Amino acid sequence: MKPTQAARSTVSALATPLTQPAAEPYYHAVGDEVEVFAAAAQSQLPVMLKGPTGCGKTRFVEHMAWRLGRPLVTVACHDDLTTADLVGRYLIVGDETVWLDGPLTAAVRAGAICYLDEIVEARKDTTVVIHPLTDTRRALPVEKRGEYLTAPPDFMLVISWNPGYQSVLKEMKPSTRQRFVAVDFDYPQAEVEARIVAHEGGVDAATAGRLVKLGGLTRKLKGAGLDEGAGTRLLVHAAQLIARGMHPLAACTAAIARPLADEPDTRNALDDLIRAVF
Amino acid sequence: MSERKLFAHEIEARLDELLLLKLRQRSAERTARQLEALPRIRQERVLHWVGVAAQGANELGWLLASQGAEYAVELGDGFDAWARAGLAAHDGGGLDAARAAWRLAIEELRASAARPSGSVALAEVEGRLKRFLQALHGRPLRLAGASRAWTDGETLWLPERLARAADANGNRRLYTVLAVQLWAQGRFGSFNVDPEPELAQWADREMALAWFALFEAMRLEARLETELPGIVRDIRDLRGPWPAALQPAAESLARPEATTADSLAWLAEQRKVGAGETPIFPHLTGFDPLAARRLRAVRIARDSKTLRRALNIMRAVDPHSRGGAGDREQAPLAAEGDALPPDLQAEELQGLPPDAQAAAQSLQQDLDGMPPEILSPAGPGAWQPEEREESEAPVAEPDGRPDAVYDEWDYRREAWRRDWCHLYESEGPAGEDAWVEGVRSRHAHLIRSIRRRFESLRGEDKAERRQLDGEEIDLDAQVEARADRRSGSEPSPRLFIHRRQIERSLAVMFMVDMSGSTKGWVNDAERESLVLLCEAIEALGDRYAIYGFSGWARTRCDIYRIKSFTDRYDAATRRRIAGIEARDYTRMGVAVRHLSGLLQGQATRHKLLVTLSDGRPDDHGDEYRGRYGIEDTRRALLEAREKGIRGYCVTIDRHGADYLPQLYGPAHYSVIDDAKKLPRKLAEIYRKLTA
Repeated sequence: MKPTQAARSTVSALATPLTQPAAEPYYHAVGDEVEVFAAAAQSQLPVMLKGPTGCGKTRFVEHMAWRLGRPLVTVACHDDLTTADLVGRYLIVGDETVWLDGPLTAAVRAGAICYLDEIVEARKDTTVVIHPLTDTRRALPVEKRGEYLTAPPDFMLVISWNPGYQSVLKEMKPSTRQRFVAVDFDYPQAEVEARIVAHEGGVDAATAGRLVKLGGLTRKLKGAGLDEGAGTRLLVHAAQLIARGMHPLAACTAAIARPLADEPDTRNALDDLIRAVF
Repeated sequence: MSERKLFAHEIEARLDELLLLKLRQRSAERTARQLEALPRIRQERVLHWVGVAAQGANELGWLLASQGAEYAVELGDGFDAWARAGLAAHDGGGLDAARAAWRLAIEELRASAARPSGSVALAEVEGRLKRFLQALHGRPLRLAGASRAWTDGETLWLPERLARAADANGNRRLYTVLAVQLWAQGRFGSFNVDPEPELAQWADREMALAWFALFEAMRLEARLETELPGIVRDIRDLRGPWPAALQPAAESLARPEATTADSLAWLAEQRKVGAGETPIFPHLTGFDPLAARRLRAVRIARDSKTLRRALNIMRAVDPHSRGGAGDREQAPLAAEGDALPPDLQAEELQGLPPDAQAAAQSLQQDLDGMPPEILSPAGPGAWQPEEREESEAPVAEPDGRPDAVYDEWDYRREAWRRDWCHLYESEGPAGEDAWVEGVRSRHAHLIRSIRRRFESLRGEDKAERRQLDGEEIDLDAQVEARADRRSGSEPSPRLFIHRRQIERSLAVMFMVDMSGSTKGWVNDAERESLVLLCEAIEALGDRYAIYGFSGWARTRCDIYRIKSFTDRYDAATRRRIAGIEARDYTRMGVAVRHLSGLLQGQATRHKLLVTLSDGRPDDHGDEYRGRYGIEDTRRALLEAREKGIRGYCVTIDRHGADYLPQLYGPAHYSVIDDAKKLPRKLAEIYRKLTA
């Protein structure tokens, strides 16, 4: 039975968008990550990006997709993300059932880069579907349709995770980890980070330098009031608020101190640090 | 709770119950009469604290009752803080200390009534200031109260109370300014030059120090300007412009290349022109180079030893790294102001273990760089174990054969000591029923809220039918919808099955420190938090066990079973929790090995070993104390890790617990600086850990 017009339009409305940025997404390389990624892409190997929140993992993937000229599918994983969410499902449109590819299937079909952000957040059974894609089979079984998709050479799987997480339930099993080429991410060096903040936030070098200084100070509070210090992303947010004309103190409080901490002593200490740096 | 006040005879009866007064032939009549005047809610607070104190010692309860009744009206809302201060003092120094602390607190209260309203006490800002300084320093710094602000380079002393500024905000800021300047004295090398030759030429040493402090403050202000401009702004607001006579000194010392030697040169200048008293500036701190330099010398000796030892091991492992053994003479350390070598051998330092890295960092600060002789090996030949070989300590007589023997890791030999630790496992002693009930009723509200939060974590494996969205089609719903449509009624859009499966396949072992150092508040906090935790985990349905550990040398390592994995959380278990008490020492490695063995037998996917302790590993005789114990424990945790067991540590340690990252790895420990916070925190930590 051929799907009706209504079904086709529903499916196309819900289909996973394959993005391909027109302009180069800004990314400042800090090590050999660009070379490693490019080599892995050529060798058809999956890549794992490790590092703290907001240090540029997602931006890096966007940048690499642009560089390699491949479409990108990003999935932000969450604890309710199931296999069906990745692979696809049947939908009911009117009286028909129609199949809708999930983001992973869509990426495989299109030969895109599929980026599973914070993979450990997803349900455990999702790792099962990515396993056959990460070894020499490079295949995705779509059980419900009885389909066995073989990935084209341009398909690439990229995952990210933050090893700083404290939950034992959120560790990645060695059987999964050992399938990936890994790239370690950390906060960039102060000068590099200042350049990034200045570029992305639209502030002058002096302001960016102070924001980076502040970021560095908060990172020393990791484990002493903070689970994690301010990532580059938070610094960029503060810079953007400052660029809009907000006072630096107010901008840093809103974009850095408040998102980081609830506990009074830590909040106050962060306020003091902001005052001290600006 | 009813609003009605308690009458004197009711209060008396309650006090009698708490303090067993009749047995002791004491009368609480007078106390009860004093308390009768209070509103009910205050009466209950007093009785609550009497109960708490009586758990520690009956006499303490009696003292608290009589003193508390005396001052309850005056103390008002401050009663809780007042009671706590005395109980904390009692833990350290007994009844007399408690009495003194209570008297002091009352005097303090009376003094503060006469104080200007905007004043701020150190205790109020201590928490935020500590965090603030940790962010600057990278490691925790000690803060303490004193009559004036000064530092010896390791502890920052600050005035107990500041009232100089007009409002509380200003006084808080003044605390920050003082603390930053003290930190800067260590950070920017105020103690790296010996001032004694110059100071000796002054008739009035105090005056000389005051001038020296002033010049250093000028220099440090300029150094701070690039890093913390906000602080320097505050300093300038406080001091106003420098007087014209001081202008040249301030300008010259603001040059980025100015050092303490330049401050000393200005000091000499000042002496020659015949200095008078220094002008007074509100932001200036005290300055004690003598004390600071004494500590600095100790620190340098210790750090360079640590660093040398680590470098030695590393070079033995990797002979290609530079400065092979014995090619340079070991020079006597620290000729002042040694120039630092062009390359700091950064890569080499990076490969060092964390304690050696910390030592290197501290040395760089103390010496303005790293003199080459530290980086050369500690003399010819292989590595010399520093600690002396063990002296077999007198040991408590073990009764019978041990339940298990364990190897122990000797880092000095890089080898195992076979069958070294004798382990005895026994059932934990039973404590009082009433104690647990007391905790449960005292924290009833907290327990309810914790349970509610935990219940929301509990996952069940079930298919939810008739959902708007889901991974499968609900055929029944689909057929119905079809039928509805045919018959002309509106079909339900809920046609899917959503499968919820959140599986918590988790077994947790709590390893509770029962060493002698936990006596008092820490032990109470441990027990209370275990009760709260049990309540919470029961709501969650995780498998868990609780064991206490203590010991006296290697031949007597005790493990107390509080709750095994199969025990239920029943009255007997609760009694054993109440019975947890402070005993001997903390030989941690063997406890980790034994308990991770028990944990390994659990058929769950995730296994977690949570240690609850109040400090580093320690045992009788100085062998296990220090590096040996840490290395052994680390080894034991690594073994556990290989068995698929994750370690996590919750430590009550005011000294910051530098050794924890080394033992547990980053992000796998929490430090709680105050035992009283433990009960509230532990359940929260557990929730986060397993969410």
